[in-house]
Amino acid sequence: MAGYEPVIGLEVHAQMGSRTKLFCGCPTDYGAPPNEHTCPVCLGLPGALPVPNEKAIELAVRAGLALGCRVAPNSRFARKNYFYPDLAKGYQISQFELPLNEKGHLDIEVDGHTKRIGITRIHVEEDAAKNLHGVGSGAVTLVDFNRAGTPLIEIVSEPDLRSADEAEAYLKKLRDILMFIGVNDGNLEEGSFRCDANVSIRPVGQEELGTRAELKNINSFRFVKNAIDHEIARQEGVLQGGGQVVQETRTWLEAQNKTVSMRGKEEAHDYRYFPDPDLPPLVFDAKRIEALREALPELPEAKRARWQKDLGLTDYDAGVLSAHPEVAKYFEAAAEGLAKRADGMKASEAGKKVGNFIQSEVLRHVSTDGLAATFPVGPTAVAGLLAVVEDGTINGKIAKKVFATMVDTGKSARTIIDEGGFAQVTDAVAIEDEVRRVLDANPSQVQQYKGGKTGVLGFFVGQVMKATQGAANPKLVNDTLKRLLDA
Amino acid sequence: MAEPRITLDEVLHVAELARLQLSDDEARQMQAQLDSILGYLAELDELDVSDVEPTFHSIPMDAPLRRDVPVPCSDRSEILAEAPESEAGGFAVPLVLEVDS
Repeated sequence: MAGYEPVIGLEVHAQMGSRTKLFCGCPTDYGAPPNEHTCPVCLGLPGALPVPNEKAIELAVRAGLALGCRVAPNSRFARKNYFYPDLAKGYQISQFELPLNEKGHLDIEVDGHTKRIGITRIHVEEDAAKNLHGVGSGAVTLVDFNRAGTPLIEIVSEPDLRSADEAEAYLKKLRDILMFIGVNDGNLEEGSFRCDANVSIRPVGQEELGTRAELKNINSFRFVKNAIDHEIARQEGVLQGGGQVVQETRTWLEAQNKTVSMRGKEEAHDYRYFPDPDLPPLVFDAKRIEALREALPELPEAKRARWQKDLGLTDYDAGVLSAHPEVAKYFEAAAEGLAKRADGMKASEAGKKVGNFIQSEVLRHVSTDGLAATFPVGPTAVAGLLAVVEDGTINGKIAKKVFATMVDTGKSARTIIDEGGFAQVTDAVAIEDEVRRVLDANPSQVQQYKGGKTGVLGFFVGQVMKATQGAANPKLVNDTLKRLLDA
Repeated sequence: MAEPRITLDEVLHVAELARLQLSDDEARQMQAQLDSILGYLAELDELDVSDVEPTFHSIPMDAPLRRDVPVPCSDRSEILAEAPESEAGGFAVPLVLEVDS
């Protein structure tokens, strides 16, 4: 297979998380019955006028800023003309000349090397309707316009990628960034993050690009790698057999492990773009762009670096805890909560303890759905639990049991420990023995207590809990201490 | 007669993109008419517009933006009633085959 070099460029369509469509007020929620979320604008009825959604434009600017683009204060909407049953108007409103974002980049890491991939442009456009083939009577295609008009950004890369691995790394990183800045929910299965790949090969050393095929339907990271690798091999086969690669659109058939030509799309590249007369120029002045730049959330890579520097995490831990934006927020809130509660604890120590606990106990209870995530208990409760481990009331082993009870009951760690609702030493004789030992070992504190400094009671409780590895019932310890000291 | 500004092949290509089927006579008629339209527009080439901003829109205004607030949608049964055919809540169109089976 040596002798040829693959050249890959990716086009990603990402749905933006606005509540309504790009040019009308229909909701963008996924899963409604067919055609329930439609109106004259998104059905393309004559005379209906599109009005751009401010939030969607802001999100698109945010994506441009996060990916190092030059954001245009002045951009234009254009009509992209083609006939297909998913497009009632006969054109898609997109951008052509003067797109919203241009000339950005994304740095990827493959095999320990960093490589900069150019981003040609990120423009705003409306999604098409969804075609359902072979359903119902089977003899027709059914068109559902719920998705029509959903705001998308199309992110077009330069043909800078040289392998399926690089393509995969680029897509994963892009998805990560779009999720952390709240632009896209990263859901490949539901199609809110979709990728087309332009793949060509050329003899190693040749400047000129080979003829490319456009791959569609590669909607999982595994498909992307498979589809691109297969397409590269197919083109090599064609060239080695003395043939020529033709420019065409091909679709990936995962079940058959191959790409096949989509003949219906043969003329699909003659779109005859022109400025949409229904939409005046889109002006988004420099001041607003700067305000959005200021408000840009911390990007995942910067976050991971900061966690390693300030919060005591390893590279691996930082990766696990930033796998989802909500998990990252949860970790930060819990780490901050613990540092605050446990007096004098360093941020790095709190971060490390919280990070370990979330990974070993919390994550398996977490479920995510797009940008949302469900946690068994709040981050403050986790901080509270780890704080009582820190003050010696319970040990780490007991903490896991307490956490399980927190998950089951929703009660706080303190309440559960006070109620003694889990395995503790409640043998009054054993506890009294331990209390006596502690009192004997600390005569000066006993003097302090008897002198009126009753605050040292907490010290004794801590000592007994430590001696029993957190297993003693604290209320019983408390009562026994008071009984013996006040006698 | 001067060389036409549009070839017959170009006429047929544009017709195909517009899903129009033209007879040979119609295609030649279109060629002649398009040629005269293009000739008319070609007069604009004589103007020096090198320092004129391109016009993207005939009315000098910025696009008004809409707040991201949902509004009630149309009634599905009314919309589907306008379609020649519908089924299971969808607009029914002739079966689209995307790949050779």
